[in-house]
Amino acid sequence: MTDIAKPSRRKLMLYAPLAVAGVAGVGFWAMLRGLGDGSFNPRGVPSALLGKNPPEFSLPGLDGIDLPPLSSPDLRLFSKPVIVNFWASWCMPCIVEHPQLIALQRRGVPILGISYKDREADARTFLARHGNPFARLGVDAPGRVAIDWGVYGVPESYVLDRHGVIRWRWAGPITPEVMTESIVPLLRSLESA
Amino acid sequence: MRRPLRLAMLLLAAALPAFAQSADRLADPAAEARAREIGRELRCLVCQNQSIEDSEADLARDLRRIVREQVTQGASHDEVVRFVHDRYGDFVLLRPPVRLATLLLWATPALALLGGLFAIWRLRRRESAPATELTEAERARLAERLASDRFGALPPKRESAAQDTGEPRA
Repeated sequence: MTDIAKPSRRKLMLYAPLAVAGVAGVGFWAMLRGLGDGSFNPRGVPSALLGKNPPEFSLPGLDGIDLPPLSSPDLRLFSKPVIVNFWASWCMPCIVEHPQLIALQRRGVPILGISYKDREADARTFLARHGNPFARLGVDAPGRVAIDWGVYGVPESYVLDRHGVIRWRWAGPITPEVMTESIVPLLRSLESA
Repeated sequence: MRRPLRLAMLLLAAALPAFAQSADRLADPAAEARAREIGRELRCLVCQNQSIEDSEADLARDLRRIVREQVTQGASHDEVVRFVHDRYGDFVLLRPPVRLATLLLWATPALALLGGLFAIWRLRRRESAPATELTEAERARLAERLASDRFGALPPKRESAAQDTGEPRA
């Protein structure tokens, strides 16, 4: 067999692996950047409820806290976009995202909290220590309402438009980057719509 | 001395999943078998590479309970899977549905096989192609090159001699 490789073919053999490595490198760099600023979550799962109304539910309030309870009709009560936030006092990332929730509340965004699988006393202590960003608060001790929403961990946040339709879901803490890059622009576009 | 201890720990670790499941197991073996068959198709979204039957995660335990509740209430296999699928989306199914978006996923084994067959076919065709004789012009060029080699002599007989001149040197 005398298969004389043509020069063009040899060049291809030389540059093709380089090109593959280059593309892989750029992809890897983009991934690392996304991991760094929180816009890429390798474990993220798209919500099955996007564009839909959340399932009907009715949750009791938290005893000893002056906040109304939460049930599904309340989601349309504000006639503006709202944020639904699943949290727990035992969840470390919830502490990380708490200042951002407080900031959103100061901007006038109604934040509806759902306390997930928590002891009531612990939830009260958490709110006393870190501040209360919530307009309403429901207690989901068995975690069944969370399952109806497709929640698979805390914290998890949803943005609903004024009609109560789920427009965005974030699994993980709301970092300052998530806030400026995702939530604020989304709220602005929903409010003007 | 240490070996029996290590063995005991290993056995204990192996038995842990059994403990995890014993807490919420149905009394009726047939219903339990059905529930388990459903649970094995559902991904635990916390650990992501285990089914809810195998996982120790809190959410997996809750979902195992929900599956068992529904099985006890007489829900069919598909009804229970649909219940979880409606809430958690395609990712929760360990066997993804065949759809336009998942077509490539399902077709990959067939495509890889076809690609391999194509590569084999090409290689074989190349091998069976008759070795082409050098043309008169090429022969002349070769002789010229060899003569201008600074050693001034023909190299020892080598099959690859032709290949070495395949690429023009600067």
